[in-house]
Amino acid sequence: MAVTNNLKVFKDSAWLGWQMEANWTDPFLFLTYSIVKPIAGTLILVLMYIVVTGGETANAFFSYMYVGNAMYMFVAEVLFGVTWVIHDDREHYMTLKQVYIAPMNFYMYIMGRSAIKIAITSFGVFITILFGVVALDVAIDLTSIDWPLLALSLVLGLASICILGLALGGVSFLTAKHSIGINEGLAGVFYVLSGVVFPITILPTWAESISRFLPVTYWMEAVRRGMEPGVMRELADTSGYDVTGMSNVSDLTIMLYLLISVGVFFALSIGVFRIADYIARKKGKIDWTTAY
Amino acid sequence: MTESYLLKNLRAVRGRAYPRLIGSTREPSWFIFDVILPLFTIAGYAYVYKFLDARAELIGYVVLGGAMTAFWLNILWSMASQLYWEKEIGNLPLYLMAPISRMSILAGMAVGGLFETTIQAAMTLAIGAIAFNVVFSLASPVMLIVVFVVTMIALYGMGMMFASLYLLLGREAYHLSALMMEPVYFASGFYFPVKHLGFWAAAGASIIPITLGLDALRQIIFPGGTEDAFLSLNTEVALLSGLCVVFMILSRYALRYMEYLGKTTGRLTLRWQ
Repeated sequence: MAVTNNLKVFKDSAWLGWQMEANWTDPFLFLTYSIVKPIAGTLILVLMYIVVTGGETANAFFSYMYVGNAMYMFVAEVLFGVTWVIHDDREHYMTLKQVYIAPMNFYMYIMGRSAIKIAITSFGVFITILFGVVALDVAIDLTSIDWPLLALSLVLGLASICILGLALGGVSFLTAKHSIGINEGLAGVFYVLSGVVFPITILPTWAESISRFLPVTYWMEAVRRGMEPGVMRELADTSGYDVTGMSNVSDLTIMLYLLISVGVFFALSIGVFRIADYIARKKGKIDWTTAY
Repeated sequence: MTESYLLKNLRAVRGRAYPRLIGSTREPSWFIFDVILPLFTIAGYAYVYKFLDARAELIGYVVLGGAMTAFWLNILWSMASQLYWEKEIGNLPLYLMAPISRMSILAGMAVGGLFETTIQAAMTLAIGAIAFNVVFSLASPVMLIVVFVVTMIALYGMGMMFASLYLLLGREAYHLSALMMEPVYFASGFYFPVKHLGFWAAAGASIIPITLGLDALRQIIFPGGTEDAFLSLNTEVALLSGLCVVFMILSRYALRYMEYLGKTTGRLTLRWQ
């Protein structure tokens, strides 16, 4: 009974999320919007690369950078999306109070709303990668993809980001505009320190040490190994040194690390969310509005 | 125009600028976020250039471009979207009823936003420059001021025009502003010399004042900036001056037309207000 009810909450909140994301315009414009934004973001890096190299994109580092940038959309959008649910419902639509007292599992509501964010982001990531393969010689060969590694790393990586988003969602109960800054700040830390668009070995030693503790670093490595194993081999061969700083780490170790991250984040996030929820109720912040 | 009308409008400019000037001191943590957040993108792009062993100027361009994003974000979220938000919280009818020019309201928003954003951008630029050892070579301080001023007048003129056009929007206002972030960073060459887009693409992007403004600033403050320039400095200043006039006139007409349209279609207030 509880499972059926939770699934219904998940489905209905996903549908609500879809309406909120997409029904402000017609489907064609929404599709254009969903394609233009990620492609433009990616083209910035492409042009930067072309300015320096003169346009040679059939290169291992280009594919490394391109795929990392495309996959990072999940980190930025999902992390932001999960937290934004609280902020948007409370500040903008002023419906959080009603949602909160409804007879349903609040976590399922947030997860349902986030699921649609993941779906929309997945479309953007897919289009970006397709554009890279077709127009820019990004080296992804469907026959050489390590599908089990890619699928498992995607599931674990997205799970850890969603769970982290839940903790930040809890924090947004207690903050006003700060939740946007906290999200973007954390996503920014991952962008710089997790080897998203450049290998972590270029970072100063202290920063590289931090990056080795971040799950996104391992997620990026696992996704690349799954999606473009040839590129990772070529990058190591042409550089002549351990350019990614991860050559000695096995696939199994990476997956194990991601699995542990999901477990640790899950415990921490539920804890943070419950504490924040308790404080928010105690201080009357569930229906708080700050005009943002 | 009587003197009292002029004074009233100047007071309106001051009054609308005031919350923007004072707002940042009320919640300093927001100001810190606004300064620090662009540094992550700057760091990411600067390390890409470093890994590619790029020229030092390119890293400087990233730092300057990253700092200048504050102005574009201010245009999108605090100018263009502002009248839409004012409508949502019920202030818009009060603005329209006040015995002042609507342009004074927009000018006040621009003055306050410009002041606040200039401080943020300067701090981001300073921190980025120190972190990545960026070397500046200021050839002409006077020209720097001239370029900055005309760029900002043209840019905020564009923001005032956007504010008018956004007046009738609903939820699409948020999405439209979100859509104009990355594509404009790309088209205006925030992180690379815009001339690499090709002449016609760069010429098209020059309708956004920050495109020419950034290109001109690079020529003034970076040793190799002239080689990466899209157009000569004097041409860019002349074009920017033209854009100042064009956007000011357009914003005035757009505001008048959209207000008329809003009144006739009943879209200046929300159903429950």
